[in-house]
Amino acid sequence: MSESGTPGQFMATLEEEQTQSGTRRMILNMGPQHPSTHGVLRLLIELDGEIITRCDPDIGYLHTGIEKEFEVKNYQQAVTLTDRVDYLAPLSNNLGYVLAVEKLLGLDIPPQAQWMRVMLAELTRLNSHLVWLGTHALDIGAMTVFLYCFREREEILRIFEMFSGQRMMTSYFRIGGLALEPPRGWAKRVKAFIDTFPSKVDEYEELLTNNRIWIGRTRGVGFISLEDMLDLGITGPMLRAAGLKVDARKDRPYSSYEKFDFVVPTRQENDVYARYQVRLEEMRQSARIITQAMEGMPSGPWKADAPHVVLPDREKMKTQMEALIYHFKIVTEGFRVPEGEVYHVIESPRGELGYYVVSDGTTHPVRVHMRTPSFGNLQAVPKMVEGILIADVIASIGSMDFVLGDTDR
Amino acid sequence: MIPDNLREHAVAVAVDGFDGEAITGGKQDRGEWTVEIAPGKIVSVCGFLKYDQQFIRLSTVTAVDRYPAEPRFEVVYHLYSIERNEWLRLKCRLPGVDPVIESVTSVWRSANWYEREVFDLFGIQFINHPNPRRILMPEGWEGHPLRKDYPITGYRV
Repeated sequence: MSESGTPGQFMATLEEEQTQSGTRRMILNMGPQHPSTHGVLRLLIELDGEIITRCDPDIGYLHTGIEKEFEVKNYQQAVTLTDRVDYLAPLSNNLGYVLAVEKLLGLDIPPQAQWMRVMLAELTRLNSHLVWLGTHALDIGAMTVFLYCFREREEILRIFEMFSGQRMMTSYFRIGGLALEPPRGWAKRVKAFIDTFPSKVDEYEELLTNNRIWIGRTRGVGFISLEDMLDLGITGPMLRAAGLKVDARKDRPYSSYEKFDFVVPTRQENDVYARYQVRLEEMRQSARIITQAMEGMPSGPWKADAPHVVLPDREKMKTQMEALIYHFKIVTEGFRVPEGEVYHVIESPRGELGYYVVSDGTTHPVRVHMRTPSFGNLQAVPKMVEGILIADVIASIGSMDFVLGDTDR
Repeated sequence: MIPDNLREHAVAVAVDGFDGEAITGGKQDRGEWTVEIAPGKIVSVCGFLKYDQQFIRLSTVTAVDRYPAEPRFEVVYHLYSIERNEWLRLKCRLPGVDPVIESVTSVWRSANWYEREVFDLFGIQFINHPNPRRILMPEGWEGHPLRKDYPITGYRV
């Protein structure tokens, strides 16, 4: 890591050091629009031949001030902001936020809404892992996988559209339940997808798992010790590929995850290949969870019995004075959330996603802080790439699976 | 001196045993423990929590602006112990004028970027930080956007 001030100064310091020591080192500016960096990440890399001697990530190009925006939205409106943080896993972000606010409110969510949330959050995990696998393989040179992955992803996006009317910015989870009633025929659609999905994972494995080029590019690459990972704030599949079995869905179950039977896959090798194996196994486990959720979906209400928070049914609003008043209050002013603060952590596809919500008893949050997995993971990039070959950088950072929107917020 | 409501919290009692002047307050709310620490003691308390109480992960560092109340800023640390499967929130209150606190990067390296973010968005200075510059906002940006007296539309048109 550079000890100097701005990136410009970083460059200047490097050049000065080189003149003094007489060595010839090259400084490479990678990004912020490099096609392989998954968004607008800028890496300043100092090279000695082909070996990286120093690396300095420069982030913030996608900073949109979402945390500031939260403070002028009321609680329910702010759900739409959470989609835009991690645009590859919108429903995971919805879930983290609504669970935090529901904890502040002390709401009981009916079983159907909880199970629906689990099912859709796992579909989001598939969606995110598919994009990761496709682009990661594309970076390393296997183009076919990308096309296969996006074929399945398209079907997931259609399922999201069926539920929420939106393919990507779904905002389907709301404080108190779901945004809309689950659509007619959803089970048939999800079943058709999930029944064939494990065979699709087999297809990806056929393309990659025993592929000599893939193994050559990924095995033994991108090692970072478990101690360093924990110290630098890495979470999620990266930790599990190093043999540490941590998963918020198992450790501190939320939204009825304790009722589902699934395994947290781990590997010991701690390299890019192990992370690939872990994520592929996670896809199979997510498929299991989705099947269980679909088959055992409880019936009953899909939003909480809390008239001061949840909008009344349309019919009631037209016939009952009380419902009309609640509707008016919720729409014009929003609902009040009791004073307090909570930190709710869920397992997003990328790792630990925490929402810290502070309320002062009004209709707008005082502060919402997002502990996003990409920000934590990206911090370890210098430790991971220093000392390795420049050709392995893309494979290494690709295995982290970060999203820059998630990093910069 | 440890407040009465923290006596049933094992970690707070241990911290109190380690340094009797470290804890200034705390509470349990909705199943989550918050322990308030005197700002001057934060590094030693964090070191104790990491090495003696197995809080090996620092999940995040952030801040809350209580403008116009005083002390204005709260620096909030979320720690997680994998071994104990337990979360802990530490909080330090800082004044609105010249808010300064010591960096915990010597305990957890992950604090590096989180503290830079807090400096960038709240203007809280971290002493002994290895790389104290902005992280999200552009270089040379004026002001700290997450402060409550910073307008939502910004100063620039």
